[in-house]
Amino acid sequence: MDFSVLLTDLPTLVVVIIGVPLVLAAYIVGGEYLVRRLPDKSRPAVRPWIWVAPALVLVTGFLVAPAIGTVFQSFQDKNGVFIGFQNFAAQLAGFPTGGAWIAIRNNLFWLIFYTLFVLAFGLLLAVLFDRVPYESVVKSLIFMPMAISSVALVVIWKFMYAYQPPGQPQTGTLNFILNTVFHQDPRTWIQDETPLLGLFPLNDLALIGAAVWGIVGFSLVILSAALKGIPGDLLEAARVDGAGEITIFRRVIFPLMMPTVVVVGTTLVIFALKAFDVVYAMTNGNYNTDVLANRMYQLLYNSHDFGGASAVAVILLLTVIPVLIFNLRQFRAVEARR
Amino acid sequence: MTIAVASPTSSTTARFSPRWLSDRLGGFVLHVVVIGLTVAWMVPTIGLLITSFRLPADISNSGWWTALSPPFKFTLDNYSQMFAASNLGQSLFNSFMISIPATVIPVTLAAFAAYAFAWMKFPGRDWIFLALVGLLAVPLQLTFIPVTTEFVKLGLTPQHLTAIGLPPFIPLWLAHAGYGLPFSIYLLSNFFRALPSDLFESAEIDGAGTLTVFFRIVLPLSVPAIASLVIFQFLWVWNDLLVALIYVGGVATVAPVTVTLVNLVGSYGQNYQLLTAAAFFSMIVPLVVFLSLQRYFVRGILAGSVKG
Repeated sequence: MDFSVLLTDLPTLVVVIIGVPLVLAAYIVGGEYLVRRLPDKSRPAVRPWIWVAPALVLVTGFLVAPAIGTVFQSFQDKNGVFIGFQNFAAQLAGFPTGGAWIAIRNNLFWLIFYTLFVLAFGLLLAVLFDRVPYESVVKSLIFMPMAISSVALVVIWKFMYAYQPPGQPQTGTLNFILNTVFHQDPRTWIQDETPLLGLFPLNDLALIGAAVWGIVGFSLVILSAALKGIPGDLLEAARVDGAGEITIFRRVIFPLMMPTVVVVGTTLVIFALKAFDVVYAMTNGNYNTDVLANRMYQLLYNSHDFGGASAVAVILLLTVIPVLIFNLRQFRAVEARR
Repeated sequence: MTIAVASPTSSTTARFSPRWLSDRLGGFVLHVVVIGLTVAWMVPTIGLLITSFRLPADISNSGWWTALSPPFKFTLDNYSQMFAASNLGQSLFNSFMISIPATVIPVTLAAFAAYAFAWMKFPGRDWIFLALVGLLAVPLQLTFIPVTTEFVKLGLTPQHLTAIGLPPFIPLWLAHAGYGLPFSIYLLSNFFRALPSDLFESAEIDGAGTLTVFFRIVLPLSVPAIASLVIFQFLWVWNDLLVALIYVGGVATVAPVTVTLVNLVGSYGQNYQLLTAAAFFSMIVPLVVFLSLQRYFVRGILAGSVKG
């Protein structure tokens, strides 16, 4: 391994690390300087735009404009001719197993289980860890999977789910436990579509489980920061007033943590809708584990079906509308309280 | 069971400690639960760590736990092969060159914007904010083709940028900033909005300007939120494979660690065992970042900043 590049390119690194923040600071200080030279009246009208402009420009360039292009493309065929809803019809044909329906079904499973498990584990661990002196150690250990790239995460879970036929020594951790502790036949976790509770295929839950394992550190860290953000005096005052601990949780802690739970929950719902990495690397959508993002990727880069891919993307965007409405109401509620 | 019941939490701490929780999960049981859950969570990682020190033949014939009993047959081959196979020094450097600005730019711009969304009034504010939340859901794959086309038109390719003496990483900085901004703004403005408005009113009465309020009041109070955000954005960029592949994929001098590591594995899955070593090598930097920033997650950061 050759680390000499670290010496020769070090000046570049320093320039970049110092230069970038310098440019950013110069922008906002310069902008504010210009605003102050404006007449008193127009300052409040101009100032907000100085603060939001760079973010809006980048977001427009990288997300809004390409997304609008995609919506247009979903109504066009390969030659850019307008064909109405044909792309959507092709994707939504053959209910319940054809077209994009399996992917839609699986996204629904991801939405329910991924969000629920991650929030529940995160909240449970945050409350438990808050009460032990070695909190930072256990928190770091739970967070560790967050530091692993999805490529590595899939390698790890392929070892967890590895399958050997019954009678042979098992190489997968889960099948070893199943075999030794519960005396059951090993299962092919990633391929086994046996529905649990008559509804949820095992392999879907296996993929979701791997993703949950990787992301719980995310909800733990944010929820635990919110827990710590609750001022001690507030709890103290409630205690002095004679409130029991359960009342304190219901009336003080829970309402104060609610905005954070909503932020984390919304983010997780969106992660669930966008789920891609684990499915792509683990099964590539085979064994009926496909999800919308993976389907879109396949249509785009394998079939070069731009119209179909765009239609799937638009379906994905439509599923987000309920989340948007929920956010709108939360946002308005917070505004009203001010 | 005769488990020592934890003494009631002293009255000065801010802990959430319902009596039923203290009684049932008192002392010993609490520690067993916490440590048990943590160990269970670590099993997959430990399995991979041990696997990375095993011979390829053993990996495919027996589970990693068998390596824990004699005869011990550990090897460093996977690691030495990984280091020999590629120029990891260059790609480690590239990863830093990509990740640091691609974290600093979106977090800073998001802080500016979130401050405006939370505490300034302007026409269309709520709708723009909602649009940003909606953008969280735009799958990145959707944007690759239009953005790549634009990059080529504007000359924002690694080759062209190197030729005119600019860092070849600029396309990745901008792309990661654009993709990271909706989440960053969303997280920070929710945090900023929760700051007590008394703070701003008293600062205004004292005649403090917008910049002073932002840099002296908002930012210091938001250190936990910003630290969390820095960690997440850094991890996402550091571990990103897809964006790097799409925008600078073919250029070895610009490739980050993830791209180099994926290239280690042959297209038919040979050298599979190298990935076990590679996974651990690529984890080091993100873990250091997390461990060095987590001390900012301090309890009660807001306590005492507003008088009674």
